[in-house]
Amino acid sequence: MGETTLQAIPQNWYLLLSTFLFCIGVIGVLFRRNAIIILMCVELMLNAVNLLLVSFSAYANNADGQVFVFFIMVVAAAEVAVGLALLVSIYRNVMSTDIDVLSKLKG
Amino acid sequence: MNTLIYTSCLGLFCLFAEIFNLRKLLIPAVVIGITAIFGVNYMEWNQGGSFYNDMLRIDHFSVAFSSLALVIGLLIFVMTADYYKNEQQHISDYLAILIFTLCGALIMLSYANMAMLFLGIEILSISLYIMAGSKRFDTKSNEAGFKYFLMGAFASGFLLFGIALIYGVTNSFNLQKIGEYVMNHDALTISPLFYIGMMLMLVAMLFKVAAAPFHFWSPDVYEGSPALITAFMSTLVKIAAFGALYRLFANCFMGTLTYVESTLVIAAVASLAIGNFTALHQTNFKRLMAYSGISHAGYMLLGVISLYVGTASALFYYSAGYAFATIGAFAVAIPVFHAMQNEGIDAFNGLGKKSPLLAALLTMSMLSLAGIPPFAGFLGKYYIFSKAIQGGHVTLTLIAVIASMIGAYYYLKVVLAMYTKEGNDTEIEVSPLYVMVAVFCVAMSLVLGLFPDVLMNLI
Repeated sequence: MGETTLQAIPQNWYLLLSTFLFCIGVIGVLFRRNAIIILMCVELMLNAVNLLLVSFSAYANNADGQVFVFFIMVVAAAEVAVGLALLVSIYRNVMSTDIDVLSKLKG
Repeated sequence: MNTLIYTSCLGLFCLFAEIFNLRKLLIPAVVIGITAIFGVNYMEWNQGGSFYNDMLRIDHFSVAFSSLALVIGLLIFVMTADYYKNEQQHISDYLAILIFTLCGALIMLSYANMAMLFLGIEILSISLYIMAGSKRFDTKSNEAGFKYFLMGAFASGFLLFGIALIYGVTNSFNLQKIGEYVMNHDALTISPLFYIGMMLMLVAMLFKVAAAPFHFWSPDVYEGSPALITAFMSTLVKIAAFGALYRLFANCFMGTLTYVESTLVIAAVASLAIGNFTALHQTNFKRLMAYSGISHAGYMLLGVISLYVGTASALFYYSAGYAFATIGAFAVAIPVFHAMQNEGIDAFNGLGKKSPLLAALLTMSMLSLAGIPPFAGFLGKYYIFSKAIQGGHVTLTLIAVIASMIGAYYYLKVVLAMYTKEGNDTEIEVSPLYVMVAVFCVAMSLVLGLFPDVLMNLI
């Protein structure tokens, strides 16, 4: 196997980039208050993982990682569909997408 | 293997039943179907092996835990007949989603590849996000569904990042191959990325089993969800997630267990402390059960920590005892909440006079949860503790024993409310289905407590 275009960049850079993206996602989930932005940050976390899997897969010449990415994409789509549906039903009841409104359950 | 296929077919059947207008027959058909699948699962006992390029592996562990999951499903489906009697137009959707939840649990209990672990967890979780938020016009239910969704999706991100790092080091998603990598390398030559990946996966799994310090979602979600779904979540999800955690460590991370042991010990102690102490001042029954679930996760973590002495049977016995006691308690609580329009512990006030049978059933379930002989809860704790001592964790076991003594107090608080406090005179009408389920659960707790060998020597 010759060197692929992906392998022109050192592997550690991919690792750093996806860790960085993943951290942005985590920080977004923890600190943003708007439910839609939180959903986007969760997607960012999952896509950081996709990038990592694809780069590992390219370096190891092993296709398993790329197949796994398809599973992640499908599941992420299903997850977002359910999440947005729940958000719509919340919005109909409280007329807001700010998650600070969600404070009925405490004890 | 066939268990999973037939369960998925049953779920599809529920969706089609709506088109052919078979709603009236649906619940009996599902109950019969699950019973038949239980039989199919039983037949697989000695026909294990790996399927689909080693994606799933059926062994004694997975068949035993799958049977327990199916029994939990069966008990819940019997109760749906009364719980959803006023929501006939959605019944096929609810049942189909609950059956798909069961499919997710079955995958989590028999996976042999990280891809199946991920898919199992997601099938289980996505179905439950919907069910937790299924009371559309109730803000509390919406909130529970959305919180569960956010926390679950967040945890999945960690799980996936962990899987990706482990893949990067070992070039495989197969549990056995990853296990071989760990065995063939000296602890110091294993890449640090592997340890980071393992820790991230561990964090995600602790999220799923609701162990402290990743437990904070569970009281809110349990309180807001419909009571029947709470019963389903607190038993099926916990048991499936523990099965998956045990499988992960037994097949794959065995060689590195000593390096994450301290993390697991901290999680166990924190679960025991937070679960038991916070439960003391709860007034809502579902929240109480959530904290009780957190503390039970702490006891079950003891079983994972001392895995190398062979704790599969003890963990299975404990799970069965916990599941029957919890479902028994909810089978009494659901009709009482419905009659009183109140989900606090004070809804049980005076139940001892109004309905001695229900009160007796709830008392026995609570005693089993508290771990008092002759119920299964006592022997379950005994087996887990003795395995932990065998594994050399004496201090941890002492902490767990003290925690279980504190735990007895809040379970007895419910019993005291029933027998010593005066209640109002609201009539409580109970469908015989709930009584049937509760009697079955209490009977199982007693039988398992008196004849533990039925389950103890299985795995």
